[in-house]
Amino acid sequence: MSLLEINDLSHNFGGLRAVSDFSLEVREGELVGLIGPNGAGKTTIFNLITGVFKVGQGQIKFQGEDITRWRSHRISSAGIARTFQNIRLFKELSVLDNVRLGAYARHAYSLLDAVGRSRNFRQEEERQRQRADSLLARFNLSRYADTPARNLPYGEQRRVEMARALISGPRLLLLDEPAAGMNQSEAQELIRLILEIKEEFSLTVILIEHQMRVVQNLCQWVKVLDFGETIASGPPQEMQSHPKVLEAYLGKDGALAGEESGNVA
Amino acid sequence: MAISDKQKKLIICLGAALLLALAWLLPGAGLLNPYLVQILMYAGINMILTLSLNLVNGYMGEFSVGHAGFMGIGAYAASILTVWVLPRSWALWTFPAVLVAGGLAAAVAGLVVAFPSFRTRGDYLAIVTLAFNMIVKSVLENLEILGGPRGFLGMPRLTNLFWVVAWVLITVLVLRRLVYSNFGRGITAIREDEVAANLTGVDTRRLKLYAFLISAFFAGVAGGLFAHLLQFINPRSFSILKSTDMLVMVYLGGVSSLTGSLLGAAIFTLLMEILRPLGLWRWVVGPLLLVLLMIFRPQGIMGFREWKWLGQGPGVRGQDAMP
Amino acid sequence: MLQILGQNVLNALQLGSVYALIALGYTMVYGILTLINFAHGDIFMVGAYLSLAAAAFLLGLPLGLPLVVVFVGAMVFSMLLTALLGVTIERLAYRPLRQAPRVSAVITALGVGLFLENFTLGLLGPEPRHFPSLITMGVWEVAGLTITPLQVLIILGAAVLMVLLDLLVGHTLLGMAMRAISYNRPIVPLMGVSVDRVISLTFAIGSAIAAAGGLLYGLAYPVLDPYMGIRIGWWAFIAAVVGGIGNIRGAMLGGFILGAVEIFTPMVLPSSTYRDFVAFSLLLLLLVFKPTGLLGRPVFERV
Repeated sequence: MSLLEINDLSHNFGGLRAVSDFSLEVREGELVGLIGPNGAGKTTIFNLITGVFKVGQGQIKFQGEDITRWRSHRISSAGIARTFQNIRLFKELSVLDNVRLGAYARHAYSLLDAVGRSRNFRQEEERQRQRADSLLARFNLSRYADTPARNLPYGEQRRVEMARALISGPRLLLLDEPAAGMNQSEAQELIRLILEIKEEFSLTVILIEHQMRVVQNLCQWVKVLDFGETIASGPPQEMQSHPKVLEAYLGKDGALAGEESGNVA
Repeated sequence: MAISDKQKKLIICLGAALLLALAWLLPGAGLLNPYLVQILMYAGINMILTLSLNLVNGYMGEFSVGHAGFMGIGAYAASILTVWVLPRSWALWTFPAVLVAGGLAAAVAGLVVAFPSFRTRGDYLAIVTLAFNMIVKSVLENLEILGGPRGFLGMPRLTNLFWVVAWVLITVLVLRRLVYSNFGRGITAIREDEVAANLTGVDTRRLKLYAFLISAFFAGVAGGLFAHLLQFINPRSFSILKSTDMLVMVYLGGVSSLTGSLLGAAIFTLLMEILRPLGLWRWVVGPLLLVLLMIFRPQGIMGFREWKWLGQGPGVRGQDAMP
Repeated sequence: MLQILGQNVLNALQLGSVYALIALGYTMVYGILTLINFAHGDIFMVGAYLSLAAAAFLLGLPLGLPLVVVFVGAMVFSMLLTALLGVTIERLAYRPLRQAPRVSAVITALGVGLFLENFTLGLLGPEPRHFPSLITMGVWEVAGLTITPLQVLIILGAAVLMVLLDLLVGHTLLGMAMRAISYNRPIVPLMGVSVDRVISLTFAIGSAIAAAGGLLYGLAYPVLDPYMGIRIGWWAFIAAVVGGIGNIRGAMLGGFILGAVEIFTPMVLPSSTYRDFVAFSLLLLLLVFKPTGLLGRPVFERV
């Protein structure tokens, strides 16, 4: 059964077509890549899936349920988590609080529970706290627990974002350019991390990425977008020599295709 | 010397009880100068107002400029109850319920601001709150039955130091428990990044609703206390000038800090009292202070920090660890 | 009936002109700094008092100056000094906060406004002052309507100022720089434009126009008090928001709408005391259903 099913999704920005008739089917356990030049509409698709933008046209189904019109927090509770291209942590809050907030919906108690400090409140807080601690430990962040997120180095901030996404126990993880700004060895490290957490948390992953090396090492198959249109899809190796893909990245003559292929995306 | 959580709790409870007992006994026994008692009561009412505004402006990071509107609704609702509805002989016993009713009336009015906050924020939401304040004042001025611009009177003087201290303690307790829970963390997350908060599973609309309702509730309670202290209210007492006073107290004390709100309200009240001999010029000092504060110490006295007894306590780590 | 309506349309135009002039200052500053300059209504008040002072001084001279000279003199004097006031406020209170969170600047603006009000109050006391009348000609009867030269002066004077400002913003280098800053501040210095200077000039122009509004207002409604800037300032502010804050033509449109609201409220509702209620309800509804105002541009949030 497919975990995520997107049918004929379109989105406009004031007359400009950002995504056009996009369809996607992702099965449980897959690791799918979404690539394409800047402005191809990849992040917009993430924003549509997670309810940041209202869907005008098309349908999004998750685990067989129509989530097209849901608001973000409900989509998140249903099991879709994401990270951002430009890290979006709650900068003034401690790392612990950042991660804890990821489990906000999982450990629900009422306002009265909180004000009355009821047993339910104490239990849920304690469980949430333990989950957060174990995730911090898993991502090697325990010593930063009390540090405001803004004081962390870039790489650590990325890991906090990942921990915050995973604490909710998602089925589907959307990663928006996780390797942005990383050098080769850091990217290598990241690839290993993604594969590990995919197993550990039994995740399905959709990845937006520019570094072709990362895509090749991770993704089972990719979809290539250009100006909001899907221009090709298939295994990453095939995409590199696909004429339409080369055209999208390099212009019509594709003269540089040979030398640059390692860094195409 | 390390103090355990249990001991700390005990000390806080005893301290609160002592404070209440003093507030009950000292003025009753005539041991406190009535003028001083008066100032303490105003300071307490201002503390409640400042704490309540800090929830929205500090923790949630929205910018409400119309809090006096909530205070006014609470004041009028409570006064109507004591003057028209309840028999005078019950007044002493029903007073806490009357204050709660005033708070609830203000909370209902809070919906007027909470719903627009789902769609607009920043400057636009600030204007919404401002419009709300102006509308409340204008409606009160036009309701002849409530005395119109001349005001409403006849309330017995039910507010005393005991009730003021009790409500300050209640406000601190409730807000503190709120702040150090998912709700408080979620509200702060809205301030930091609303979209990301919603994406991590925080129901941002619900939390905004809660924040505005709770904030309005306490402002309404403060209004009830104010009305039964002064025994006379008119629409001008709840104008935008009053809202600005509250802003001064919040930003003087510091945003996102309960300690700061208590300090800010106390200092501001005291300062206004000390400056009384200046006459009209007194009103120049407040605004000037506000401007200087924004330029030289925008975080206020305690911005984002908490006195450790009001913070999260040693057992739980969290926001108070900020440098 | 039609006559009353016509007369009121005229009154609304007159009042709307003043609102529009003040709304321009709000909208220019917002356009360029995204700052709601809550002190602007009080800058208008200071402008009105300065006009009064200049007019009284010139009338008091034993020269028997013609009224036109007094009018022009008062206008020039108050526009210059008020411009200076606006620039000083920006320099001392707003500029240090340009990198600070936006809330700090808005609060500062509220503080500056209160300061101006209470300072004036401390200086002059609470008694209202009377504006001397400078326009003494009779009235004209046109098609059953009574038109005073003062009305014509206010409406025409405001129109001239607005057209000049529109030309300035649309067709001069300074205007181009202003638009550039409101569009994208970080790149403007790269193009050799001094942002500080443009912002200073914006405050100068906005304040000067408010001062002109103060003079015209003083002639039409000749009682000044230190708190006059609050109500008129708020109304002009609503005008700016209704038109779409940051949009100069929107401010003019908003000014006339608010003028109409004020004049026509007592015709529909039992008393003129409902006018604040009507104006602010209009504002509230507009913000909820069309947050950008009538002519404002939509704001996208980038994710």
